[in-house]
Amino acid sequence: MSSRSSNLKLRAIIIQSIRSFFVSRGFLEVETPLRIPANAPEEHIYPFRSGEMYLNTSPELCMKRLLSRGHGRIFQVCHCWRSDERGRRHIPEFTMLEWYRADSDYEDLMQDCEHLLQHVAESCISTNSICYDGITIVMDESFIRLTVRDAFAEYSDRSMDDAVRDGSFDEILVTKIEPSLIREKPVLLVDYPIEMAALARPKPGDRSVAERFELYAGGMELANGFSELNDPIEQRFRFLEANRKRISNGLPPLPIPEPFLKELASMPPSAGIALGVDRLVMLFTGATRIDDVIAFTPEEL
Amino acid sequence: MLSVADLKKGLKLTLDGDPYIVIAFDFVKPGKGQALYRTKMRNMINGTILDRTYRSGESFEPASLEDRQMEYLYKEGTHYTFMDQQTYEQVVMEEDAMGDAKNYLLENCKVDVLLYGEKAIGVTLPNFVNLRVIQTDPWAKGDTSGNDSKPATVETGYVLRVPPFIEEGELITIDTRNGEYSTRVKG
Repeated sequence: MSSRSSNLKLRAIIIQSIRSFFVSRGFLEVETPLRIPANAPEEHIYPFRSGEMYLNTSPELCMKRLLSRGHGRIFQVCHCWRSDERGRRHIPEFTMLEWYRADSDYEDLMQDCEHLLQHVAESCISTNSICYDGITIVMDESFIRLTVRDAFAEYSDRSMDDAVRDGSFDEILVTKIEPSLIREKPVLLVDYPIEMAALARPKPGDRSVAERFELYAGGMELANGFSELNDPIEQRFRFLEANRKRISNGLPPLPIPEPFLKELASMPPSAGIALGVDRLVMLFTGATRIDDVIAFTPEEL
Repeated sequence: MLSVADLKKGLKLTLDGDPYIVIAFDFVKPGKGQALYRTKMRNMINGTILDRTYRSGESFEPASLEDRQMEYLYKEGTHYTFMDQQTYEQVVMEEDAMGDAKNYLLENCKVDVLLYGEKAIGVTLPNFVNLRVIQTDPWAKGDTSGNDSKPATVETGYVLRVPPFIEEGELITIDTRNGEYSTRVKG
């Protein structure tokens, strides 16, 4: 059983190791403002207000603007805030790792994930296999890849397209697919329905899906990455669409991040990913509750 | 009305007309998807376990449950009758709903009866009850079989294992949480 104080020590080592991984690969560590006038409007992500501004739900918008300004490989470790999220693996204020690479796509990110987990494992616990939730997970060169469409075909009685249509996609994903994923290796779930990928690029050859993937390890969702959409007109349409859904759910629309849309036009083809650092620490410490890998829970403040 | 934000372990709510207690709860949220509240609930009448997933915005009725002190009067067939000593109102409980409580109830003893509306659905017992032994074999001195307990029947008809020195007519304390012998009541 891992104790909170030893978890905090390993947490510090893991964050050091994340930094050394990216620095050694030529990524620039950046710090973008955490208090911003607008997040990317999303149907199911609720930002906290901070005076006239918002706390960031992800540093993605400012980081993509840095891509437009010629910083081709950047990473950031920062706090993010999402209201109404509290559970075994959720806290409203959490730590995110995001990295972005120009002239790349989601394939490059998936490789980064494989190398990053391997690096963290080898440098922090000197082995590439860890035990989580009673199962040994081996983090070697290649993770398991499974398309969302195949996962629905295999583990659910509804097809991916039907589930998107009748609104049961999220529920099936959580109740049927996540528990069925192979645990002995990390899994990359790839090619999400286009409706579920607000800022991702459609996949050439199959525009019903986006070049988006999720990284799972130990049954836990660790990261969400995609080939970035860099068409400002399409992007604006998707923001408005998210706001339209918010309004129909009885929620106020969110401001549109205009400076981001303006700079998006000059963003090179890029890929970016967000990884939950707290969950990564859970994976390496064996903790089953996020509470056990952070210094203070909101309830303790 | 309760909202999904009220969901937690131990919450009692009404579903399809029956009272349920939440026995496991987790907040989950896939990727950029919607928040889901996964619960496991036990039907407080028949014990059935149910998995239910709620979405934000959904609401439900709390279960109106009341613990009321009542006197156990008598048993007829599979029906147990209790009376509220203040109002003289009587309620009848089915043997199934009694659970293990039937092993410890003596006529005229006072217990907490769990009421769901008008319906009696359970009995809350004290952790320890004293009952008299009405039948047990005497301890054979020189018994070398190594048995450190023997069966005994108490006045409710319940049979349990007691230490060899317990004799017929003695009062013993039973732990109602596991149904086991606890101590001998002296005097």
